[in-house]
Amino acid sequence: MEFIYYFGDVFSPLSFMLLLGGTIGGLILGATPGLSPTMAVALLIPFTFQLEAAQGLILLGAAYTSTVAGGAVSAILLKIPGAPANIATTLDGHTMAKKGQGAKALQLSFLASAVGGVFGVLLLIFLTPVLSDWALAFGPSHLFWLAILGVTVIGSLDSASVVKGLLSGCIGLWLATIGFDDIMGAQRFIFHPSLGGGINIIAALIGLFAIPQVLTMFAKGRQVDGAEVIEVQKHSVLAATRELIRWPRALTIGTLTGSIIGLIPGVGGQIAGLVAYDQSKKFSPEKDKFGTGHPEGVIAAESANNAMVGPSLVPLLTLSIPGSPTAAVLLGGLLIHGIFPGTDLFDNHPDVAWTFINSMLIGQVLMCIFGLYVAGLAARVAQVPQSVMAAVVLSLSVFGAYSVQSSMGDVYVMACLGLGMFFLERFGFSAAPLVLGLILGPIAEANFTQGSMIANATVGQASYFFSGPLNLFLIFVVIASIAYSVWMELRSRRTTTKEEALA
Amino acid sequence: MSRTQHIIPSGIVFLVGCWVAWISFTQQPVEAFLFPRMISMVFVALAGWTFAKALLGKSKVGLGLSRTMVINLAPGLLVMLVYVFWAAKGLGFYTATAGAFFILLSLYDPASHSDIKTWVKRGIITAVFVAVMYGLFAQLLSVYTPREVLF
Repeated sequence: MEFIYYFGDVFSPLSFMLLLGGTIGGLILGATPGLSPTMAVALLIPFTFQLEAAQGLILLGAAYTSTVAGGAVSAILLKIPGAPANIATTLDGHTMAKKGQGAKALQLSFLASAVGGVFGVLLLIFLTPVLSDWALAFGPSHLFWLAILGVTVIGSLDSASVVKGLLSGCIGLWLATIGFDDIMGAQRFIFHPSLGGGINIIAALIGLFAIPQVLTMFAKGRQVDGAEVIEVQKHSVLAATRELIRWPRALTIGTLTGSIIGLIPGVGGQIAGLVAYDQSKKFSPEKDKFGTGHPEGVIAAESANNAMVGPSLVPLLTLSIPGSPTAAVLLGGLLIHGIFPGTDLFDNHPDVAWTFINSMLIGQVLMCIFGLYVAGLAARVAQVPQSVMAAVVLSLSVFGAYSVQSSMGDVYVMACLGLGMFFLERFGFSAAPLVLGLILGPIAEANFTQGSMIANATVGQASYFFSGPLNLFLIFVVIASIAYSVWMELRSRRTTTKEEALA
Repeated sequence: MSRTQHIIPSGIVFLVGCWVAWISFTQQPVEAFLFPRMISMVFVALAGWTFAKALLGKSKVGLGLSRTMVINLAPGLLVMLVYVFWAAKGLGFYTATAGAFFILLSLYDPASHSDIKTWVKRGIITAVFVAVMYGLFAQLLSVYTPREVLF
């Protein structure tokens, strides 16, 4: 129960202001289609440079939590999910809004988000120290396999094509080797002076997540979005709370599904929302009402996508292995303050770790309170023309990348990576495994080198890396995740071929 | 989407993979390139597989690029490249941002180009945005950006 001692730190004036600002800003950003939670957090990192580590993380954590929930606003009022995590919310939320129940749908979505979110963060609070102690048993070979696992799982599960997903991970691992080698000091792949110090993670994250969005907005041309904001009538919050309690099944299914899915690296909020929606529908006696503006659909989807936020950070805080792209961005936020998460995070920096986690808990409550009031404004912001959004995001990216080290080289790297990623994404490659490769590359290499030294002095490389229950288990999970994804891809291809033949 | 569209990106990725492998296996000291060697083998294998699939016309994942998309994208991309690779340093961050922001708004804003009011509106939005950026980065975060023309 150590976390209770650090609750006070969240309420220091600056921390609380950052939490509030991050929550309200995140709700508005989340409602804006095209601005994903990962991109919002990446663009916010430069603003944390001058803050203390805990305060910087409070801002990033608040933005992460509330952008996921804020995406429900545009899903309900505009029928445009603010983020992929809110796709399932659109199914019933928008229909409710069209029936004049927009306020009720929004209230249910924020209340369900808060319940799911609080449960997820509690899971983070109680699981993290246990896993942290367990992680002490990890040696270099295990950490090497764990880093590889992080890349392969996200590469195989997060991409439409397993091979292209894994290839994206490989590109990320290679990019991580650019610069000077840590042990021998040798130059590796430095083909431009901007790369002398290697690829800066923050600049790369901004480029990989923001620039493809900017270019996608350009590619749409001078189009008018035409989405009409549905007016929100007044609705009592108390009545919405009673309504939420009326549907405990959907709330429980959503919360549990989201929490479990959050723990699996690489499986994001989009999957959590859709799986929870589908499961609630299966177990509901009113399954016919799903899709026609049924509150259970909104409750299940929103509780799930916020419940996955907390657990998705467990692998990051215990093993320093980010389980999702947003966790990878948060890792970037920790690294710039010289804090490396892992087994000793809670011993060396308990104030930072617990203040951050506690702020996420309080952030869920603030998000629920302010979400209801900010929703109308957020929906209007979501209507800002894409031309404005593209120009704003591009300028923020340039300033953000430059401010990391006051280097134009970082700006060039940001732009090149972003440009490359845009074209690669158009052909089925994915940014998430590339980012994970870039972040986990140094961890994998450092542990590989350390492990090789130990192995050469003891049992030999093959025995060291390929024996022992934990090594074998991790190798098994790597192979199993790839095999499962290949099987799923082949099955889906077979179904498509059958459908095409029937058509 | 045409086969050529798949061949070009997968071909480039394959060439990059081969280049990485060549560097990894020819450069010294060997110890510094052990990890890159390992990655490059997987990199080349996966990139080769992807390229072969593209050549055989079996690559289907991805939305590709349509002609309309390229036409829409080209002016914005050009502005972005000039802004990032020349104007930001050559003209100074704030002047370049003001110029790029205004041009992008003008290019992609669905509002009429013949109405003077829309131009005034774009000008005001640009001025407010640059002022906010100046306040945030120059004043709040004390980031010293290159300044050449005006401010």
